[in-house]
Amino acid sequence: MMLLEVKNLTTIFKTKRGVVRAVDNVSLSLDKGDFLSVVGESGCGKSTLAYSIIKLIDSPGEIASGKIYFDGKELTSLSEEKMRKVRGKEIGMVFQDPMTSLDPLEKIGDQIAETLMEHTDVTKKEAWQIAREMLEKVGLPPDRVDSYPHQLSGGQRQRVVIAMAVSLNPKLLIADEPTTALDVIVQEKIMDLLNEMRKEGRAIMLITHDFALAAERSDRIAVMYAGWIVEMGEAERLTKDPLHPYTRGLIDSVPDVWVDREIKPLPGFPPDLVKPPEGCRFRPRCPVATERCMKEPPGVEVDGRYVKCWLYEVE
Amino acid sequence: MSSLRAYIITRFLMVIPTVLILLTLVFLILRIIPGDPITSMVGQKVPEEVLEKMRHEAGLDKPYHIQYLEYLAGVFTGNLGRSMIWGKRPVIAEIMDHFPATLELTIFGFVLSVLIGIITGSIAAFRRGSKTDTGMRIYSIIAYTLFIPWFGMLLQMLFGVYLELLPIGGRITPGYSPETITGLYVLDSILTLNLTSLVDALAHLALPSITLGIVLSGAYTRLVRNNLIDVLSQDFIRAYRARGVRERKVIFHAMKNAFIPVITLMGLQFAILLAGAVLTESTFSWPGMGTFLIERIEYRDYTAVQGAIVFYAMFVALISLVVDVIYALLDPRIRY
Repeated sequence: MMLLEVKNLTTIFKTKRGVVRAVDNVSLSLDKGDFLSVVGESGCGKSTLAYSIIKLIDSPGEIASGKIYFDGKELTSLSEEKMRKVRGKEIGMVFQDPMTSLDPLEKIGDQIAETLMEHTDVTKKEAWQIAREMLEKVGLPPDRVDSYPHQLSGGQRQRVVIAMAVSLNPKLLIADEPTTALDVIVQEKIMDLLNEMRKEGRAIMLITHDFALAAERSDRIAVMYAGWIVEMGEAERLTKDPLHPYTRGLIDSVPDVWVDREIKPLPGFPPDLVKPPEGCRFRPRCPVATERCMKEPPGVEVDGRYVKCWLYEVE
Repeated sequence: MSSLRAYIITRFLMVIPTVLILLTLVFLILRIIPGDPITSMVGQKVPEEVLEKMRHEAGLDKPYHIQYLEYLAGVFTGNLGRSMIWGKRPVIAEIMDHFPATLELTIFGFVLSVLIGIITGSIAAFRRGSKTDTGMRIYSIIAYTLFIPWFGMLLQMLFGVYLELLPIGGRITPGYSPETITGLYVLDSILTLNLTSLVDALAHLALPSITLGIVLSGAYTRLVRNNLIDVLSQDFIRAYRARGVRERKVIFHAMKNAFIPVITLMGLQFAILLAGAVLTESTFSWPGMGTFLIERIEYRDYTAVQGAIVFYAMFVALISLVVDVIYALLDPRIRY
């Protein structure tokens, strides 16, 4: 059995303009030690997918249908109190902006210790000791427990966030754009750190808009577009030989300093999810769309990869 | 922790120049104002020799720099001079007769306003966008715009005249005063275990402090609501939840963060309260500093007015010191 299995998950937001299907019928799975990247443009639903897994969707959002199996439990039907015990303890979360994801008024040690004491029976003293060890583990001096967030740099703070996320030894670590707010040098180091966490047997789910980063770091990539997973498969093959026209467009639009080739930007914009285009949601921007694309494309398996496109369906 | 200590010491030292500037300003302003204090007190028709004698007694015939130095020396030894009317009592004694009344009213009004503000503001924030929220926001605007004498009289009519539940003026029923220890009747009644006095003092405090409390709560309602909504949408609150921290504790952290600007307002409000109590005091015949100051301004009791202003200024400087220290204790970003 897989560690995480998301089946036909749909998360909607009931807005005044109508219902937004931010995550629409998404299925994916992740095993121990896996490193999966979910890639897509802003607003494609990748963060909503991440927050759906830990059931932290703020009103007016809600999980409309689907199942999430995690380590023998079905999360969508779990009570809030049981879900709370999963959060932090079994699924750790790393956030986009380390400048704002730490409480400015509490010492680093207190913030780590509070999480530990919330889930286990450690005393405050023991919790602080673990906090010191955790900081050391992520490459920070242990005496940083006494610091306040404003005394640390962005990279250091993100290390603290990671230390906090792994302090309870969760089986899955979800990182929502963990390096977007950091410079490239720090980004490398943070990614190395995530990789170390993976080597300890954790599964990593990286949410990012940075295709190059996903390609470099992960085993598998899921490409999201307008709430759908349009392609998912092994990272290297997906990058070298993309199947879905959107994946191809995404790769062509990424500048590469090593190869002198023309950048081809994707024309158009992602659709309005209150009124998505009929049939395939990528159809209005797709260079190879045909009559068939007026109907929702099937999800097919090609070459060991999942792709949601009519191109691969023989008539 | 040493940075905190350094901050507190620095902040404490800053009180000295602040107070010196305040004292100098009070001295200058009272001397820049046209008109001679003695003539404005006793009138133009008094013979010049008598006026000279009065000026001499008050020390007003000395050169300004001597007056200034004497005044400073007086302030630092707790001597604010003598009142110029009614028995010429020391000003500090007059102030001590009236200040506890104002302080007591201010504390009760202040605590009430903060409590009402935090409760209504938090309810509004947690039910953002609901009818309750709209109700609280309307409350805050109405409370903020209420005119103290009008609202005070409304309460007097309702609770004093129609329902006959509460006294409409004064600090205590004559003969019920507790033994004086601090001058704060409620505190003194508790210290001397005098239940009758306690009930009587609280009954007299009720209407004026409710008036002050409600009028001043409007600003808190608004501030608490907006801050709490802002903090609740911050990433670190979501991060707490994502780490499985209990909702009760998440709310605690949110409140703590939302509270920082509220403390600034509390410091400012307390100073305004001391001055603003003037209206409440006159509405409820409260024998406090406001009543005293108005009375002495009318009689041109020059030294008493000067003394009262100096006293107020020092008190406000002290309050802002306390607020800044609390601020630093709560928010590590303030300490430098």
